[in-house]
Amino acid sequence: MSVTSIGTSVKRREDKRFLTGKGNYTDDMNRPNQTHAYILRSPHAYAKIAALDVSAAKAAPGVVAIFTGDDMKVGSIPCGWQVHSKDGSPMKEPPHPPLAQGFVRHVGDQVAVIIAETYSEAKDAAELIEIDYHPLPAIADAKKALEPGAPPVWPDVAPDNLCFDWHIGDKAATDAAFEKAKWVAKLDLINNRLIPNAMEPRAAIGDYDVSNDLHTLYTTSQNPHVIRLLMGAFVLGIPESRLRVVAPDVGGGFGSKIFHYAEEAIVTWAAKQIERPVKWTAERSESFMTDAHGRDHHSHAELAMDDQGRFLGLRVATIANMGAYLSTFAPAVPTYLSGTLLAGVYTTPAIYGEVKAVFTHTVPVDAYRGAGRPETTFLLERLVDVAAEVSGIDRVELRRRNFIPPDAYPYQTPVALQYDSGDHAGCLDRALEKSDWAGFPARKAESAARGKLRGIGLSTYLEACGIAPSAVVGSLGARAALYEVGSVRVHPTGSVTVFTGTHSHGQGHETTFAQVVSDQLGIPIESIEIVHGDTDKVPFGMGTYGSRSLAVGGSAIVKAVDKIVAKGKRIAAHLLEAAEADIVFADGKFTVAGTDRSKAFGEIALAAYVPHNYPIETEEPGLEETAFYDPKNFTFPGGSHICEVEIDPDTGVTQVVRFTAVDDVGRVINPMIVEGQVQGGIVQGIGQALLENCVYSEDAQLLTGSFMDYCMPRADDVPFITVDHHTTLCTHNPLGVKGCGEVGAIGCPPAVINAVVDALKPYGVSHIDMPATPEKVWQAIQAARPAAAAE
Amino acid sequence: MTTLSVSLTVNGKKVSADVEPRTLLVQLLRENLHLTGTHVGCDTSQCGACTVHVNGDSVKSCTILAAQADGADVRTIEGLAQAGVLHAVQEAFREHHGLQCGFCTPGMVMSSADLLVKNPNPSEHEIRTWLEGNICRCTGYHNIVKAVQHAAQTLRQTAQAAE
Ligand code: FES
Ligand code: FES
Repeated sequence: MSVTSIGTSVKRREDKRFLTGKGNYTDDMNRPNQTHAYILRSPHAYAKIAALDVSAAKAAPGVVAIFTGDDMKVGSIPCGWQVHSKDGSPMKEPPHPPLAQGFVRHVGDQVAVIIAETYSEAKDAAELIEIDYHPLPAIADAKKALEPGAPPVWPDVAPDNLCFDWHIGDKAATDAAFEKAKWVAKLDLINNRLIPNAMEPRAAIGDYDVSNDLHTLYTTSQNPHVIRLLMGAFVLGIPESRLRVVAPDVGGGFGSKIFHYAEEAIVTWAAKQIERPVKWTAERSESFMTDAHGRDHHSHAELAMDDQGRFLGLRVATIANMGAYLSTFAPAVPTYLSGTLLAGVYTTPAIYGEVKAVFTHTVPVDAYRGAGRPETTFLLERLVDVAAEVSGIDRVELRRRNFIPPDAYPYQTPVALQYDSGDHAGCLDRALEKSDWAGFPARKAESAARGKLRGIGLSTYLEACGIAPSAVVGSLGARAALYEVGSVRVHPTGSVTVFTGTHSHGQGHETTFAQVVSDQLGIPIESIEIVHGDTDKVPFGMGTYGSRSLAVGGSAIVKAVDKIVAKGKRIAAHLLEAAEADIVFADGKFTVAGTDRSKAFGEIALAAYVPHNYPIETEEPGLEETAFYDPKNFTFPGGSHICEVEIDPDTGVTQVVRFTAVDDVGRVINPMIVEGQVQGGIVQGIGQALLENCVYSEDAQLLTGSFMDYCMPRADDVPFITVDHHTTLCTHNPLGVKGCGEVGAIGCPPAVINAVVDALKPYGVSHIDMPATPEKVWQAIQAARPAAAAE
Repeated sequence: MTTLSVSLTVNGKKVSADVEPRTLLVQLLRENLHLTGTHVGCDTSQCGACTVHVNGDSVKSCTILAAQADGADVRTIEGLAQAGVLHAVQEAFREHHGLQCGFCTPGMVMSSADLLVKNPNPSEHEIRTWLEGNICRCTGYHNIVKAVQHAAQTLRQTAQAAE
């Protein structure tokens, strides 16, 4: 009897420790003889450090050491992706020192580290540090930063603030398409800057073992091996063999904990200087001004259509804010994670996209849940709604006319990607049905009777996950590979430990991966342990981001288990005195085909470790295998999201009242976990669409520096979310999975804004930028009122 | 530096500690008592990750001084399960996937448990409004609200059975 749990909602194995307060997050850990670090940060957006005097602070109670940029002369924090401009020149790449070297370039930039016996003592001492800053003109807005005479962030490296000027697609063909157009839809839009705000603030503990010259860094990371590589090789010059990076329980990431941050290098380096452990935990206000931000794109987009509403050509020009330094994946976000998706789910034959990436005196901007794909999806799905207005073709019908048909797969887009699978009309049909699209007019009338404006909006989207293969991303500028590693250790009595290079910080890998291995080996989930987050335990890995864990990391585990099964067959053939080709493995048993002679998985494991009767001439003892899996292509999840909003015209308050998502994430291993991922992503999307906005003043002071100023979605801001699936399988990975971590944040925002615009149609509103706050909505209504009244 | 001596009951045990006047209750719990299940997610009393019960009421432990808790009866997430049996709210969070990364979870659970004492049969709206002071970045609240609804039902049934 088969014991598969694939497709069932197995309860999460990690929950008990979290529910009883037994989680082990970085800040929960303390090392013997540990010290505490406070990091003194710049209050200025741009300034020269003319003088810095730490002598009084050094004498303060409890202070162990104080280090500044003069003390910490180490390598630069590297950028992991190099983009080239249209003219072939490489992007401008300024240095990124962990502690400021003479200049600070954004509010929150690290100036000094104060290490003391207690955190309070370190913080108190910091107030005694005397710094003579010479403030310089600063700029936060990327568009303005490109204007002549704008204050440069890097006068020597990029005097015009331009990091790169990139493009993709065929300009001539696209221009020609516009010549033939019957209708052209045009839209200027802003993808609002966001602050990720994982609920666990970043933290890091550096520990140094003097006698063995070994470094250990405990850190809140989505990818400990990547941190070991970046920090070890580029910043501190520590070989992998002397550097252990541990990412224990991590309280959410959403991209913000991918990147190598200065504080990790500071505590690792300082621990060696003082030969004591150094612990640093961010206060939330530090998170606001140091965790890499997300989005911040300004775009102009145009879509050409023929007289049937068929899309002929798409032109997009984007200005992307990079912040003051280039964070780990920053250059890839507006380019290869964005521009390559401009086809969306449509057959648009000619596409041309341009991106200018710009330095500003702000926190670095990098990947945040969806990374580039939400920006493109928002742009496309807003533009298609505008196209429906311009052409007079119903927005659902217009989408249908332009969908890539299921029989066109594999589908080569004009912007590099080849999609492997999808059924967009199928997703849309199901979403229309689930959301009762047809019943909307009645609901609208009911809202109207209560004095409320009701709108409905949709988005039909596709995104790219599990980015790969390594050779391709390498040719596009990635400085790392993007395979994943799975290692499977079968113990003598048949229990199994699986080591994965991905990292779970909420995704439930300990459960989902165990389901996969249990299915493959025919053994109970309880016999399987999943280990992640420690470079000393897991052979290697690239970590968790871009919805890659199951598609890439899970596939690596499957490949490693395949090797275990293959070896098991060879051992079984010996024990059962049969030909290897005659051994079949199913339901946890190796059987001679067509007979009842078999060996259980546990018997094979024992034979491998106690090789008394064993094919010792040809097989090594033991049962442990590792696989590196380099995917053949990206995966392409997609779907249809439908949102209904209700607006109070007197206050502008907008409530999402219904939300339906029908996604195609490939095979679903654990529906409960997938639904949770989608719901969480959607609420982040609602946050972006209605509530969240990172605001800098003209001179680059961060104005939204706490939860009091930055509006996070709360329980009473959102409704229950209906989640369903319409599945096509990924054709090129062994599980047929596509990834579900980001679909919510990608598909949702345009559905919300399309609904808001739909609700405001009577007021002549054709677009509203995110977030559609009560004030913005109210202003839009007020602006229309005189005209409406005059009619 | 002046220190104060505070004595209180935490999860049924009498404890005392010498703390600075500025020490917060959450610091006392995490740093002195090593009860690290209570989390710190912000510095503006907004996130609720630090929620504990003080004399039976849910309180953000980053918002009161340790000295103010002198003599109080404090319960943290570590003290909610009794004799290894999860509290109905904990059980419902597990059953209905009310947590992902787990960081907001202790605060969510403590806050929800208090709600259900004060309002055994809350509406969806009442649950959402009550939890307004607890931020979760992972779940989208859907399964948290579901879990609280189910826990409410369980607790009502248990109460009825006991009558
Ligand atoms: S830590 Fe207490 S409310 Fe955020
Ligand atoms: S479960 Fe991660 S913040 Fe709530």
